[in-house]
Amino acid sequence: MALLEVHDIHAGYGKMEILHGVTLKVEPGQIVSIIGPNGAGKSTVFKTIFGLLPVQQGRVLFAGEEVTNRSPEVLLRRGMTFVPQGRNVFPLMTVEENLLLGAYIRKRSPELLAEVERVYETFPILREKRKDRAGDLSGGQQQMLEMGRSLLLQPRLILLDEPTLGLAPLVFKEIFRIIEGLRKRGQTILMVEQNAAKALEISDYAYVLELGKNRYEGSGEAIRNDGRVKRLYLGR
Amino acid sequence: MRGWRALGLLGGGAILLLFPLFLEQYKLYLASLTLVYLILAIGLNLTLGYAGQISLAHAGFMSFGSYAVAILGPLGVPFEGGIIVGTAIAFLWGLVLGFPALKVKHHYLAMVTLGFNIIVFLVLRNWESLTGGSFGISGIGRPHWGPLRFLSDRAYYYYILGWATLVVASAYWILHSRWGRAFRAIRENEMRAEVVGVSLRNYKLMAFAIGSAYAGIGGALFAPLLTYIDPGAFTLDRSIQFLMMVVMGGLGRFEGPFIGAVVVTLLPELLRASEGFYLIIFSLAVILMMLFMPKGLVAAWDWMVCRLTRRTVSPAHPPPPPEPAAVLEPE
Repeated sequence: MALLEVHDIHAGYGKMEILHGVTLKVEPGQIVSIIGPNGAGKSTVFKTIFGLLPVQQGRVLFAGEEVTNRSPEVLLRRGMTFVPQGRNVFPLMTVEENLLLGAYIRKRSPELLAEVERVYETFPILREKRKDRAGDLSGGQQQMLEMGRSLLLQPRLILLDEPTLGLAPLVFKEIFRIIEGLRKRGQTILMVEQNAAKALEISDYAYVLELGKNRYEGSGEAIRNDGRVKRLYLGR
Repeated sequence: MRGWRALGLLGGGAILLLFPLFLEQYKLYLASLTLVYLILAIGLNLTLGYAGQISLAHAGFMSFGSYAVAILGPLGVPFEGGIIVGTAIAFLWGLVLGFPALKVKHHYLAMVTLGFNIIVFLVLRNWESLTGGSFGISGIGRPHWGPLRFLSDRAYYYYILGWATLVVASAYWILHSRWGRAFRAIRENEMRAEVVGVSLRNYKLMAFAIGSAYAGIGGALFAPLLTYIDPGAFTLDRSIQFLMMVVMGGLGRFEGPFIGAVVVTLLPELLRASEGFYLIIFSLAVILMMLFMPKGLVAAWDWMVCRLTRRTVSPAHPPPPPEPAAVLEPE
C-alpha cells in the first residue's frame, strides 16, 4: 500500500484555482520529487496535502486513511511533517526552543528530549548553537534546523519544499548529503527542488507538473534522461 | 542570575508593601493607579506584544469591568462578584472581536478595534437607564470582607496590590505554559507555527479574549479608586495611552508593562513642576524614546542587567569553536 496517495486534487487560493487535478503516489522508503517550471503549482501541492489550503475536489490518503482537508495538527499526529520553503524559523527563539516547538503537539517528556538529542547527533552544528537565536544562523543552518525539526516525532513522511533555495553551492551539497543520509535510514521523502537534475539523481520516482496538472512521470533515472523533459526543464 | 532575580523580587515586594505606609493621599492614589494600569498593560501586552494583534479597544474592555462593579454594587452583589461579571463580559466581547482579528491585520485591525471602542463609548453615553449616560455613576463602593473593609485609600491600595499580584502570576503562568509558547510562535512566524501544529484560530481568539479579560479586571479595580466613572474615562485616548505603555515598555517582554505603566503614569506627574509645558515635554520624551529605543525602555533595562551580571557573575563568553561540518551518519 502506498504511504501517500493524492487523487486528482483541485485547490488554490480563494476562487483562484491553481491545481487542476494533480495525482501522485509515494511508496514507503522512497524519495519522490516533483519538478516543473515556476507557477506549476509545486508548493501549492504541499500546502494542500498538509491542510494549509482547502482541497476543493479530489482526495488525499495517508497510510490508507482519508486525510482530505484535515488540519496540520491531525497530519502531524499521523506522522507527516512539512518543511516549507524559505527561512521558516522562529527568529527570536533559540535553536533549542525552535526544535522543541517542532514537537508542539506532544507534551514535553524524557522521550521527547531524547529525540531532540538524536537530532543534535544528526546535526552537530545545531547542538553547538542550541542557545543562539535561530535568526542569527546562516541560511544553510536554518535549513538544517528546519529539517531537524521535521525529523522530531519520527515522521513516516517528510514534505520538503525547495530545501536548497538561495543557498551557496557548498551548503547546497551539504543539504543533499543530508537528504541522501536520511534515505539510507529509510526515511520517506516527497520533495520539490528547483535544481531538478540534482533532485532526480537521488529520486526513486518523479512527477513533472505543468500549469497545475500532471505532465510526465517515471523513475528518477527515466525522467532525467527523457529528451522532452531535458529540453523543457533541465536546460540541456 | 537566579539569586539576582529572587533578590529583585523580594526587594520589589518589600517596596510595594512598605512604601505606601509613608505616602500622602495623592501619591497613594498615583501608586494605586499605576498598579491598575499595570494590570491593563499586561493584558494588552498579551494581545499585542505576544500574539501580535493590535487593539485600540482596550479602554472599551476596561469599561465593562468598571460599569459591572458600579452597577452591581448598589444591588448588593459583593465586589468580587462584580469583578467576575465584568471580566467575563470583557472576555466574551474579546472573543467576539477576536473573530474579525482572524481576518484582518495591522492597520485594518486597528480600525476595527477603534470602531469598537467608539461604539462602546456611545452605548455607555446613551444607555442612560443603565449607565447614567454622560453623568456617569458616582459613589462607587469599595470592597469589604465582613468586618475587613478596604475603605481607606491605603487599605484599597493593598487590595489592588493583591489583585495585581494575582494577575502578574497568572500572566507569568500563561506565558510559560504551552499557550505562551504558542502565542510567541504565532507572533514570530505564523506559517511555521501552523506547520508545527499550532491552531492559529484558537490561539489568536484566546489571546484577544484573555487580554481583554485582564482589561476587565483593571477596569473593575479602577472604578472604586476614583469612586466615580463616566463614559469620558473610556475613550480612544485612554486606549492609546495603554498602547503607549506597552510599546514604550517593550512589546512582548514580560518586564515591558511594568516599565511602561510606571513611566506613562508617573512621568507626567514628575514633569508637573514645569507647569503648562509638561505635556509638551512628555510628548517629546515619548518621541525621543521611540526614535532611540524602538524596542522600548526594556532595552535600557537589559543593558543594565547585562552590565551588572557580567561584572559580578559570569565571565565573558568564550569564543565559539570553529564550525564542524554537519554530516549525517547512517545508523
